[in-house]
Amino acid sequence: MDAEDVRREVRAWLDANWDPELSLAEWRNRLADSGWGCPTWPVQWLGRGLPVALGDVVAEEFERAGAVGTPSGGGMTLAAPTILEHGSDDLKRRLLRPIVTGEDSWCQLFSEPGSGSDLAGLTTRAELDGDEYVVNGQKLWSTSAHHARYGMLLARTNWDVPKHRGISYFAIEMHQPGVVVRPLRQMNGYASFNEVFFNDARVHAANAIGEVGNGWTVALATLAHERRSFDAIQSRGRSPKGGGRAIDENRAEIAELMEPYKWYPQRAGRVDLIVERAKATGKDKDPVVRQAIAALLSLARAAEWTGRRAKAARVLGRPPGPEGSLGKLYSSQIARAAAHVHTLITGSDALLKGADGPLEGIIAEILLSVPAVSIAGGTDEIQRNIVSERVLGMPKDPLIDAERAFRDVPKNLASKR
Amino acid sequence: MRFSFSEEQEELRRVVRRFLDTTSPIGEARRLMETSEGYEPAVWKQLSQELALPGVQIPEAYGGQGFGFVELGVVLEEMGRALYCGPYFASVVMAANAILNAGSDAQKQALLPGIAAGETLATLAIAEPNGGWDASSVALEARCSGGAWRLSGEKSFVIDGCAADLLVVVARAPGSRGSDGISFFSLRASADGVTRRPLDVLDPTRKLAKLGFDGARAELLGEAGAGAAALSRTLEQAAVALTSEMAGSAQRLLELTVDYAKARVQFGRPIGSFQAIKHKCADMLLLLELARSSAYYAAEAADQAPDELPAVASLAKAQGSDAFLHIAAESIQIHGGLGFTWEQDVHLYFKRAKASEVFLGDPIFHRERLAQAWGL
Repeated sequence: MDAEDVRREVRAWLDANWDPELSLAEWRNRLADSGWGCPTWPVQWLGRGLPVALGDVVAEEFERAGAVGTPSGGGMTLAAPTILEHGSDDLKRRLLRPIVTGEDSWCQLFSEPGSGSDLAGLTTRAELDGDEYVVNGQKLWSTSAHHARYGMLLARTNWDVPKHRGISYFAIEMHQPGVVVRPLRQMNGYASFNEVFFNDARVHAANAIGEVGNGWTVALATLAHERRSFDAIQSRGRSPKGGGRAIDENRAEIAELMEPYKWYPQRAGRVDLIVERAKATGKDKDPVVRQAIAALLSLARAAEWTGRRAKAARVLGRPPGPEGSLGKLYSSQIARAAAHVHTLITGSDALLKGADGPLEGIIAEILLSVPAVSIAGGTDEIQRNIVSERVLGMPKDPLIDAERAFRDVPKNLASKR
Repeated sequence: MRFSFSEEQEELRRVVRRFLDTTSPIGEARRLMETSEGYEPAVWKQLSQELALPGVQIPEAYGGQGFGFVELGVVLEEMGRALYCGPYFASVVMAANAILNAGSDAQKQALLPGIAAGETLATLAIAEPNGGWDASSVALEARCSGGAWRLSGEKSFVIDGCAADLLVVVARAPGSRGSDGISFFSLRASADGVTRRPLDVLDPTRKLAKLGFDGARAELLGEAGAGAAALSRTLEQAAVALTSEMAGSAQRLLELTVDYAKARVQFGRPIGSFQAIKHKCADMLLLLELARSSAYYAAEAADQAPDELPAVASLAKAQGSDAFLHIAAESIQIHGGLGFTWEQDVHLYFKRAKASEVFLGDPIFHRERLAQAWGL
């Protein structure tokens, strides 16, 4: 089946089925029944078994028709691919369809106060009691946990083996008495994420995704999908133009999904504002500021070109060079340098935020959001380890915990609670 | 912009790398840096006759290969990698482009084929003892009387000025200032009224000379007084080419340093397993890739986007020399005490980095130019 066959087929199906006046749930059920919502998934699991390139053709046709697609949150991008790869048929049968229809949303329950960079050192415990596991511990940095029906939970089920081998991966129901979700307030004042407390929460043993004790492998699959969908955050905030019930409901769904990310442009440093701000404040005449601006804009452009090189190599099917692994570290450097230059340009007004602050508080929001860039999604220090080991081939740090029973590994003394 | 090299360009890189690996191992740089002429004529001849490298970017109409700055950049990246000692930058990058930018068609016909064949060694004299790299810093005067032009004044920081047999010289009309009255001239290095003295240089792998002109007769290139635009263009092209060379040197240096960190054992483990060292190396790689991306983009701009060139040439030069110098300094640091010895090769690259930082204008100069080019 070639691209034009697929294009003809999906176009005909959309002509016959897409109706903006359906409810979002009705429309998404049609997507699930037909397989056109998830064309690259297997035929028996709500898909059509198409290769990724043909999936892009389907997406183009949806866009052309102005039709709503599947939901954009962590259910589709993280949970579903993980379940498809590692879940039992029972889990696929129970969990996939409500993800596709948008009925169930999901959150990620990976990071803990005591294990950030060292995710595999997590200490949330799940203990078997009959055919259920009893869960105790705390997670954090969970987006949308307050809406989610299910969580992708990593918990320790065996303390007598080395850390990577005692972890299990569960689909846990969030709406139960043992689970408490609280917003986690950040230094910039927003609460975009949650902390989640488990106090004798329960999850059925049949809800383990992958083998019990093999959760680390399953988690790596989720993390790989997370990296792949990282860029997609920018493009997610789009619903089809036009009106109709399905489109309106989709718009509301996206607005709720994007709400936590509204400060992300400021987090990146807003390099786009630098020149106009310098002119507006007259600091463009200051030779020191001019040097700082030129250095920042050079860094931003050269980093962009480096990304373009990586992309060009990918398109040509050449093996990835070092240029592909550096983007996150460049983002940190750019954000931090941009915050510095914004401060130089802004002077005393950098003392002010909100309505009293420059640009209605945008500048203050930049200054207070930039520190997230070098931490979120892997700290700069971890990134440098990865770059030096995988790109430069430098030796790994000798690990002291990799082969010891986790029970005997020194635990965190510095965690908050 | 393509952001990638074609198969032919990659092949050129392989050929040049193989040639330099054989003919110019680092021991050659050590030997040549102690000589006064600073290059090996036999290797230059081979590089000219077998590989035709001096003509790579000179148009076919003037005896060259007719490729662009991207190919020239590939050659220079490899020369930087090998720390090749020879008059390539002087003759091919600086003098040939000055003649291309300033000369008449007849002058290009007369001068360029010799450069392209590697038979003429040319250089370009811009800066003077004041050390400025722009039109307004030029003070050397050119006077015309009875149809003959005569040059009087001093030039300094002239790359391979003692090895060259053809001099291209930037001069100004008496009484003119700034960008006005700038002209290009050419003359034989052996002409009457020309004196040459090698300078004692910080980077012995790149020879510089001071030239004196005492009424030396010269030929005007192109039109009298109209050379400022050609000078800017020549300097921009040279900055782009130097960035390619710096990127090549910096890459080799990072490789040497990473290899050293893997092999050097202290406290019972390779120092390359310590995060203090690994993180330094990761940061060096970040800077290296910025320098490479800048060099590649700027070379493409030199070929296809002349409007962008003033900005991106300065961007590349500043980014490239900051990267190279940082990588060189950290390389010495990671080599520890040995890094400060004459015997280790790292200092050879460090000296080239320091020299390249100020040659053609330092990063502050170029960032100010960049700010202006971007409308600040």
